[in-house]
Amino acid sequence: MKRTTTLVSVLALAAWTAGPTLAGPDDHQLVINDEIQIITEAAAPAHMDGIDTIYSGWRFRADETQALELDDFENPGMIGVENAMAIWETVDGSEGKSCASCHESAESSMKGVRAVYPKWNEAAGEVRTLEMQINDCRTTRMGAEKWKWSGGDMVDMTALISSVSRGMPVNVAIDGPAQSTWEKGKEIYYTRFGQLELSCANCHEDNYGNMIRADHLSQGQINGFPSYRLKTAKLGSVHNRFKGCVRDTRAETFADGSPEFVALELYVASRGNGLSVEGPSVRN
Amino acid sequence: MKRTLMTVATLVFGAGMAGADAVAPADVVFADGSVAMSLTGVAGDPENGRKVMTTRGLGNCIACHEVTALSDFPFHGEVGPSLDGVASRWEEAELRGIVANAKIMFDGTMMPAFYKTSGYIRPGKGFTGKAATEEELEPLLGAQDIEDVVAYLMTLKDE
Repeated sequence: MKRTTTLVSVLALAAWTAGPTLAGPDDHQLVINDEIQIITEAAAPAHMDGIDTIYSGWRFRADETQALELDDFENPGMIGVENAMAIWETVDGSEGKSCASCHESAESSMKGVRAVYPKWNEAAGEVRTLEMQINDCRTTRMGAEKWKWSGGDMVDMTALISSVSRGMPVNVAIDGPAQSTWEKGKEIYYTRFGQLELSCANCHEDNYGNMIRADHLSQGQINGFPSYRLKTAKLGSVHNRFKGCVRDTRAETFADGSPEFVALELYVASRGNGLSVEGPSVRN
Repeated sequence: MKRTLMTVATLVFGAGMAGADAVAPADVVFADGSVAMSLTGVAGDPENGRKVMTTRGLGNCIACHEVTALSDFPFHGEVGPSLDGVASRWEEAELRGIVANAKIMFDGTMMPAFYKTSGYIRPGKGFTGKAATEEELEPLLGAQDIEDVVAYLMTLKDE
């Protein structure tokens, strides 16, 4: 109760100070559970030309939406985390193993993992997202079935893995063997797809902070994924969100887990290097 | 009598133009981004233009542009310039060109081309996310809708 009261008054004060203006991000501060400091604003990484300061999408959301992320008891995405904690301990597949059999406590063994993914996997010779790594564990080590990329258990598991890195800075590597994938992702980011001929950059680099009809455009950062969307009332993967955006340009989308979206995920993640891991976040 | 006959002929001809005989998207003649000739030969209807501009499934112009005269409709965007007084800044032919395909006048503009059917990257079947099945897409707006939007824009003069 005390916590809730304090947070509400902080938000109210911030809203009053910021005034009614909608242009750009607001100046609110994100501290989860009164203890996890989330960096929602940082100097843009050196590789970015068009933007000086990067912001978490949280800074573009309405006060009521922001408030849901301040406390894990209010954050509907944390239900997914709880579900994944149960799965973590549950044996599945022919090898008689659970995640915990090898990785013990997710809280300690997975700390820092979300921050550096997608990441080059030397043995596989490819850039891998968390989903790819989880499915590799399931099929190779556990002898279990793959999960669907944007299926419930998979998204919940990525929420658990993200949650234990909250507050740590995103820091994906874009050089060395990951560079060609990163370049491909960058090319996709600036390509104007579909009948509306829109690139990611048109909205999220050139127009963040502006309204497009009723939507307040953010920078399209993915440090908060997986993200609980109030509109769909569920946790969603990064690729699921990419699909929605590409579809809305009246284009043929790419598939979950496609090489194009893996590359785009690496590139977009790298635009958030310096922001805190924030998932599971809450958005509208 | 002669005048009446001509009027009738124009009306009949004009009505035909609004359908199959409208200038096809690929045949529109641009000069410095302007389109001097009506796409249909039928005078634009500003009332319908207003509807096209404010309806999400049609032009949805206010998604990106603010128009004070349309403030009955909620949520105007800030992506493009305000259209207040637009008819005092632009000629009708220029507005027709901008609505039909703004990219010809403004290289690299974010504004979609509303009267164009090909030349897209991974064109989709509407908003389904699936690939388009035909070579030539339906333009985002029909020829007469564009004439109607231009007619509405021409009412937006500075006081």
